[in-house]
Amino acid sequence: MSFDNAFRNDARAKATGRATYADDISYAGMLHAVPVYADYVAAKDMRVEATEALAYPGCVRVITVADVPGVSTFGQIEKDYPIIASSRVRSWGDVCAIVVADTRDAAKAAAALVKIRATAIKPVLTMDEALEPGAPVVPAYGDSNIVVHHRLRHGNPDPVFASCELVLEEEFETQAIEHAYMEPETAVCVPRSDGVIEVYGSMQHPFSTRRFVAALLGEPLSNVEVYTISVGGGFGGKDDNAAAVCARAALAARLTGRPVKLRYDREWSFRETYKRHPYRLRYKVGVSSEGRVLAVRATMHADSGAYLSVTPWVTWRSTAQCFGPYAIDDIHADVYGVATNNIFTGAMRGFGAPQVNFAVEQLMDMAAHKLKIHPLGMRRINMVKQDSTTVTGQKLTGHTVSLEEVMNRVVHEIGYRKKYEQCSFGKSEGDELYGIGLAISYRGASLGAEGMDFCSSIISGQNDGSILLEAGIHENGQGSESTMCLILADELGTDIKRIRYRRSSTSSIPDGGTTVATRGTIMGGSAVVVAARQYRQLLAEHLAARLRCEPKDVTFHDDKIWGLNFEYSLTWEEAMRELFLQRITPYAFGTFQAPPVSWDDTNGQGDAYFTYVYSCQAVELSVEKKTGKVKLLNIVAGHDIGKAINRAMLIGQMFGGVTQGVGMALMEEFVREGGKTSCLNFDKYQIPRMTDMPEMTGIIIENNDPNSLTGAKGIGEPALELIAPAIGNAIYNATGIRYRKMPIHISPEDLA
Amino acid sequence: MNTITINGKAYSVGEDELELSLLDYLRERRFLPGTKNGCEKGLCGSCTVVMDDKAVRSCRLAVKKAVDSSIVTIEGMEGPGGELHPLQKAFISSGAIQCGFCTPGMVMNAYALLLRDPNPSRDAIRKAMRGNLCRCTGYQQIVDAIELAAKIIREQELSPRAGCFSR
Repeated sequence: MSFDNAFRNDARAKATGRATYADDISYAGMLHAVPVYADYVAAKDMRVEATEALAYPGCVRVITVADVPGVSTFGQIEKDYPIIASSRVRSWGDVCAIVVADTRDAAKAAAALVKIRATAIKPVLTMDEALEPGAPVVPAYGDSNIVVHHRLRHGNPDPVFASCELVLEEEFETQAIEHAYMEPETAVCVPRSDGVIEVYGSMQHPFSTRRFVAALLGEPLSNVEVYTISVGGGFGGKDDNAAAVCARAALAARLTGRPVKLRYDREWSFRETYKRHPYRLRYKVGVSSEGRVLAVRATMHADSGAYLSVTPWVTWRSTAQCFGPYAIDDIHADVYGVATNNIFTGAMRGFGAPQVNFAVEQLMDMAAHKLKIHPLGMRRINMVKQDSTTVTGQKLTGHTVSLEEVMNRVVHEIGYRKKYEQCSFGKSEGDELYGIGLAISYRGASLGAEGMDFCSSIISGQNDGSILLEAGIHENGQGSESTMCLILADELGTDIKRIRYRRSSTSSIPDGGTTVATRGTIMGGSAVVVAARQYRQLLAEHLAARLRCEPKDVTFHDDKIWGLNFEYSLTWEEAMRELFLQRITPYAFGTFQAPPVSWDDTNGQGDAYFTYVYSCQAVELSVEKKTGKVKLLNIVAGHDIGKAINRAMLIGQMFGGVTQGVGMALMEEFVREGGKTSCLNFDKYQIPRMTDMPEMTGIIIENNDPNSLTGAKGIGEPALELIAPAIGNAIYNATGIRYRKMPIHISPEDLA
Repeated sequence: MNTITINGKAYSVGEDELELSLLDYLRERRFLPGTKNGCEKGLCGSCTVVMDDKAVRSCRLAVKKAVDSSIVTIEGMEGPGGELHPLQKAFISSGAIQCGFCTPGMVMNAYALLLRDPNPSRDAIRKAMRGNLCRCTGYQQIVDAIELAAKIIREQELSPRAGCFSR
């Protein structure tokens, strides 16, 4: 397969090694900083002794919390994360000091001489320990280790269970996952002569980074300018910590008055940064003899680790989507975030949905097998359809609810029905067991009732007909800038070569929210459309006379601006000249506000999201009887993303998401041993390699979404959130054994 | 005097540079930042360069071991007029690039592969490239790209050699 239409504005730079990432930036007189950790999981009275380190040749400064002019702790919700720790240590990833030296080698050598002394206290290492009465309270705020509790109350399941043909009570467990972006965190900060600190960082949210930097420096936001540069992957993982890395470098730059680079070793990145939340999920599911799910009670606990980060939002999504894409009349859910002294957890692609789907999509198969119903039929009976009411009481209207269409397409493409009959279910003549499995999901697009949702875009026409574009969405490698360029080219009917995406900074465009939650294309793209509409209107008003027509008759296509009946036209160069002569600035600023959503915290009811992405993924695999080794044979992923804008990148998102999901299902576990970890690099933490993946097929399903001004929704997270249960189902269909814990490990004894 | 050839150009290596990793030497001393540092332990493949036609991990190789060798980095893949190597073109047209951090290492390992096998199967590509990690793409479009580049080089009877050799 090859794509003639693959478009990336940064492809040539990246293919030639010229793309500039943070570590590729250097300044004359630049100092180097490194972090210092304490070898404690929980401790009090921590103090830093730096005399020896300061005496090391080339060491310029050892920065501790005493040097912080602003606040030393910060966070997106609760301001509890220590950018530089003070006397209390709450996790093994806490940074206690920053060593600044002439060279990186000197900084590392001096850092080894910094002595951290503290009084160890008993750490809280598991959620069970944290929930015990009288357990030490981990968070600095509040008086409990339960840091959030979301409730969903829809109908009343308890009286219904008695009348169900089948009641399943099951528990599932998921693991901590490292984002494992290929580029470790790095920041270069430069004190500018006008008093501004410039920040070039490997981070995925410039505005969040700016807030962290300004808080630590104790300076206004306007004193900090965070620039967009190439970022080597984020997947939700380059927010809090990556912002803190920038803040530490900025403080070092402020205190020394010199440019400072703080580049993370992979070991520091793995040690310090937040992971995907491990979940424990308990479900009670009541099903009728026909396979209708009548009642559900769900209780989930998510390990938040030592700091809150976005745990309340992650667990909120688990609540709003607590039983997959199914319409259930009677369902109650309680979802808790629990603080421990583990490395903290936060945003990661999927954001509270992959864990839930791992349980729910296996429960559907389990119920189907027990009732001797086909897994497809089981899903078909219960899935949301047009005008269905979700578990949050939201009526699915105003967009195409295409889940059944998506499932049918995937089932057809992979040949699920016939292959399902060929599954081994634990018995085969040969050395291998064969299985096929599938899972479906819906995913609320963008933030939903989690937060304020709006984004802006700027179009600035240039004298020669070229166009500068920017949007409040950040390029993390996913191709958002390219998407915005394609959308604008379409809206203005121009050659895409006219459009240059302007590398934004936090001082050039207003805060457009985080580039998270699969909201880049839907929010940023819609903002581009709003700006483009204004821009067209401005041009139409001032060019209509030249085009001998009314403004309403002016059209934009074939790289020109046209009057009525194609009689008159202007090139973009001519149009810009005409505006100049009229003293009109060719400029537009557009903001897109997400359609309204609603939420009642007391019962978890409301219109959680303004639209949903519908997905189905299926997998074929074999299990070697002698070793239990799983070999993936084929994967098909189908997603209704509204409208495809950049097909090659869309397919790439699907394949990349699936591959991360495969890692979660079968390989990856960020092991926590007494609050520490031995997973510090890619030897102990294995992510999928080229040989671990089968050939995949991506199916793009397009039902234009009227909630998005481009018709497009998004793909980042839907791609990742459902291959794990599909693999779980395929493994059951191969082996006859149900695995309830990730990563799934099949021992040969299981198969004996 | 110790010399090292990088992208077709000979450099003398200072005594103080012999103990550096080839990665640091390329990035910090030769100002060639296209070669990336992902793990510094030879585990991720981001730092792959081609030394005497073989792919090596530059983070785990001391400069002294590279003396008298000919190194090609991502910066040496383009031709004299800036025309891209078929591998680079194929990575772009196949949608094989997302964040781009693994791309230089991927291209260089693929280059070494095509030098020794002009017609690798998809399976052979996956096996040869398994030491190069990518977290964005799921690898398939990278396999597509390498397969496509090999096909174009064969069908159009192009030299698989990096552009720096024709300078």
